[in-house]
Amino acid sequence: MKISYYPGCTLKNHAKNFEDSTICALNSIGVDVQELDRWNCCGTVFSLTTDDLIHHVAPIRNLIRVKEANFDKVMTVCAMCYNTLKRANERVKSDPDSLDILNNFMDREQVSYEGDVQVFHLLEFLKEEIGFENLAKKVVKPLKKLKIASYYGCLLVRPKGIGFDDMENPTILDDLMSKLGADSIDFPYKTECCGAYQTVDKPDIIADRTNQILTSARKQGAEIVVVSCPLCAFNLDQRQKKTVEKYPEFKHIPVLYFTQPLAIALGCPEKTLRFDLNFIDPKPILKAKGLI
Amino acid sequence: MRTNLSRKKIKDSFVDKVQELSGQNLLACYQCGKCSAGCPAVTDMDILPNQIIRFAQLGLKDELLASNAIWICASCLTCNARCPKGINIAEVIEALRQILLRNREDHLKVEKLTDEEKQDIPPIALICSMRKFTS
Repeated sequence: MKISYYPGCTLKNHAKNFEDSTICALNSIGVDVQELDRWNCCGTVFSLTTDDLIHHVAPIRNLIRVKEANFDKVMTVCAMCYNTLKRANERVKSDPDSLDILNNFMDREQVSYEGDVQVFHLLEFLKEEIGFENLAKKVVKPLKKLKIASYYGCLLVRPKGIGFDDMENPTILDDLMSKLGADSIDFPYKTECCGAYQTVDKPDIIADRTNQILTSARKQGAEIVVVSCPLCAFNLDQRQKKTVEKYPEFKHIPVLYFTQPLAIALGCPEKTLRFDLNFIDPKPILKAKGLI
Repeated sequence: MRTNLSRKKIKDSFVDKVQELSGQNLLACYQCGKCSAGCPAVTDMDILPNQIIRFAQLGLKDELLASNAIWICASCLTCNARCPKGINIAEVIEALRQILLRNREDHLKVEKLTDEEKQDIPPIALICSMRKFTS
């Protein structure tokens, strides 16, 4: 099976561990991942004002690239890219006038966009196309006794119609981790915002949220936390440094992309997991569980 | 805080502009407060989300545009998910930010960020921040 893949900016640098583990995991189950030849930034956030069409140019141009590559679907793994591409797509599908304006704006493109590309997330692909049961059969190293809390954040689940699980109580990541053999840990902060881009100029807010979210996961027994968003990952992982400065009683906990334990379970070599990019080192706990 | 209400403010084009940019009907709000109860950012806000809607209904432009709350909101959309009247509160707050940004009143001064602050920040965070906080 061959799928079209849109990486997004951060997967090529800070979140290379997300990309490498994703590609290795998919290759190991026989999925050929074909990155778009050309792509640009998705815009990172969907524009929420009614008249702001200019900010839909970037995501829609990426969907044109998908058509040029002769695909009718495109997969993303970054929660922000997923949300922005999918919302822009839904916007132009429900508003033909704005689609006309955007196509006219990009009149040098060889292909015009007609709302005919489907945007999907890796988690949807694994659940619906592969099937968690089938995936479980391909596990070579079950994540036995590893207690994993799944953090969904905002953009995988909201708004309704864009998110692919229950807005208040999503379970898709927990279901996946359980199928890989892990003990899935539920915790009340799993959809609470990490503070997102406030990390740039108001890192103090992030320290508060990281403390709340991770302390809650730890109190429920979690040994690691998994995420699907490079911005959540930065705030919950790298910002633990600021968190412990503000809250000396805060205890560190490794934060991984969900594709890292997925890749371990599917037998990917350690070099594809790129733990050097994880701020809080997950290797001690993974070694203790016999997983690396 | 002392706030003066007037018929003039309520009828000001500001109210129409907020409704137009956000695509929301402000008068649908009946002040149940669910948006503020669920908002993870209220502890840092000077005006709470339900109050933002009330202020917008009343045309309290100066109070809203001078508030810190509109810059604390990170559009996590929890308020939208929980509003029993289907109002997208995050869109209303975006409209308020946009009214300032469209007049070049940036919230983030990129040039004032120190090298230390910029260090290690991934592109996803910088681009988001510039999209939300600059014109």
